[in-house]
Amino acid sequence: MAEKVLMKGNEAIAEAAILAGCRHYFGYPITPQTEIAAYMAKKMPKIGGCFLQAESEVAAINMVYGVAGTGKRVMTSSSSPGISLKAEGLSYLAGSDLPSLVVNVQRGGPGLGGIQPSQSDYFQATKGGGHGDFKMIVLAPSSVQEMADLTIKGFDLAEKYRMTSMILADGTMGQMMEPVSLEEVKVNEYDKSWAVTGTKCERKKNIINSLSLVPEELEKLNFARFERYKAIEENEVMYEEYMMDDAEICIAAFGIAARVAKNAINAARKEGVKAGLIRPITLWPFPNEAFRKAADKVDCFISVELSMGQMIEDIRLASECKKPVYLCNRVGGMIPSPELVLESIKAHCKGGTK
Amino acid sequence: MVVFDKPKSLADVPLHYCPGCTHGIIHRLVAETIDELGIEGKTIGVAPVGCSVLAYNYFNCDMVEAAHGRAPAVATGLKRSDPDNHIVFTYQGDGDLASIGMAETVHSAARNENITIIFVNNAIYGMTGGQMAPTSLPGQVTQTSPYGRDTDHCGFPVKVSEMLSQLDGAGYIERVAVNNVKNVRNAKKAIKKAFQNQIDKKGFSLIEVVSTCPTNWGMTPEKALEWVEEKMIPYYPLGVYKDRDAENKGE
Repeated sequence: MAEKVLMKGNEAIAEAAILAGCRHYFGYPITPQTEIAAYMAKKMPKIGGCFLQAESEVAAINMVYGVAGTGKRVMTSSSSPGISLKAEGLSYLAGSDLPSLVVNVQRGGPGLGGIQPSQSDYFQATKGGGHGDFKMIVLAPSSVQEMADLTIKGFDLAEKYRMTSMILADGTMGQMMEPVSLEEVKVNEYDKSWAVTGTKCERKKNIINSLSLVPEELEKLNFARFERYKAIEENEVMYEEYMMDDAEICIAAFGIAARVAKNAINAARKEGVKAGLIRPITLWPFPNEAFRKAADKVDCFISVELSMGQMIEDIRLASECKKPVYLCNRVGGMIPSPELVLESIKAHCKGGTK
Repeated sequence: MVVFDKPKSLADVPLHYCPGCTHGIIHRLVAETIDELGIEGKTIGVAPVGCSVLAYNYFNCDMVEAAHGRAPAVATGLKRSDPDNHIVFTYQGDGDLASIGMAETVHSAARNENITIIFVNNAIYGMTGGQMAPTSLPGQVTQTSPYGRDTDHCGFPVKVSEMLSQLDGAGYIERVAVNNVKNVRNAKKAIKKAFQNQIDKKGFSLIEVVSTCPTNWGMTPEKALEWVEEKMIPYYPLGVYKDRDAENKGE
C-alpha cells in the first residue's frame, strides 16, 4: 500500500492520469474543474508530456481526437456547459472508434447555470452525449480515492473497447480533499494496428474516419459497435451494495449523493427502518441486474439525485416497475442533506415510520 | 523513359471531382511534394468536410477525417503526439477553414503550430450545392445569395492570407492560383516550401490556393479559369503575405 497523501479530487484525477501513462492533455478553463488543467500545466512539461490550453472546448476535444488517432493515451476535462461544446467531438470519437478519457465535473444548469455541484448531466452522459447511436463508459466516483482509481480504470476500458470513458463527477468531488493512495499502474497493452503514426513505408495506410456513405456499410458498423457495447454490459458493470442483505427500502444514489445516502441509511437503521443502498459505479453500463433482484425483495426504491430525476428512469427500467420508485432531490447546486433523505425514507417505508 | 507519371503519394483511383475543378491539380501538387521530400512514411493528412471530404481516399499516406472546420485542432493533436516524427498537413476548403473553423485556423496560426495547411478558396460551398461562402465575392450569385452577395446585408469576404499575416505566430503565408501553367508552377513551389518549413521546424505555414468551381459558378471550365483571372485574383491578390524566415534574414 502506497503512502496516503491529501489531495483534491481534481488533482487526484490529474495525477492518476499521469500514472496511467497519459502524456497529452487539452483543456479550456471552466469552474469547478480547472485544478486538473493547472496540475497538468505544472507536471506535463517535466515528464516530457504535452499540456496545451485550447482556444475552446470544441478545439480541445478535436486535439484529443488527433492524439487518440495516433494510439496514445489522451484526455480532456471540463464542466457541464463545456461538455455540451464537446458533444460534437464525442460523437466523432465514437464514430471513429477512438479511445479517450473525458472528465465532467458537473455544475448546475441548464445554460450557464451555476458553479456549484450537480448531477444533471446524467442523461447527456449515459444516453450518448452527441448525435448518432453511441455510448460512453460512464464512471461515477464517490470519493477522492475513486476519482483516481476510476481514472486509471477509465483509460484501460477506453483502450480495451476503443471508445470514450467519461468520469462523471461533480463540483463536490472535484473540490473536496481526502487522503488518497496512488500506486504504480500496470498499463495493459492493446492492439493499436489501426493508429495513424505514418506508414514508415512498411504497411498500408490507415484512415481514421467516421464517414460512411453506403447505408448497408454504415448499418454494419453500427451493429458491430453495439455488439461491443453488449460485451461491456455483460463484463464491466460496477456497483456497491450497502446494507442490502435485509433491506426493505432501497436507496439508489451515486457520487456525492451516495455519501449522503449512507448517513441517512445509518440514521434510519437506528430508528428501526431497514434501508439499504445500491450505488452504481458504472452509470453506463447500468447495474440493471442489481436493481432487478432488489425489486423482488424491497418495498420501494428512492433515487437520491442532484437533478430533477434522471437516473430514476433507469431504475424504473431495471426494476421493470415492479416496485414504486420515488425521487429525493435537490438541484441548482444544492445537495440533499442526510435529514432530507432520512425524511424521505421514513415517508416511504411500509406504513410510514416504524 | 518516363517523363510524366502519377505521383506515388496519389492513389490510383478515379477522383470524384467535377470536370474543370482544380482540386485534382492541387492534390497532385501536394502528392508530388510528398514524393519529392521523401516524407510519405511520416506524413499524416487531415481531410475536411466539403468537396474534398474524400481526400483521405486519394492520398497514399495515413489520413484522418476531421469534423467540419476542426482540421487544424485535429492536426495539432496529431503533431503534438510525436512532433519529431509526424509531418502533418490539412487540406481544407473556404467554408471549412474560413467560416465554421475560423477559431481553429486563427489559433493554430497564433500558436505557430508546426503544421502545413492547404487552403482551397473557390468562393463557394461546393459539396452542398453552391451556397455563399465567407470568401464569395461582393455581388456573387449563389444559391443563398440569389440576388448577388449584398455587402450591406451579409458583409464582406474574408481575406484569409492578409488576416493571418498579421499574427506574430504565423510563419509562412502565401496565396497562389492554379489557373494557368505559370501559376501552377508557383503554387508547387509554395506548397513545397510549406512542407519543407515543417520539416525544418519553422512553424505554421498556410498556402491559400485560389481555385475554381465551374459547376456551382454555372460556367464552363474554360470560362471559370477566366473568372479566376478577371474577378478572383484582383480581389485576392497573389503573393507572399508572411515569410518570417525571410524577414529574419533581412530579405
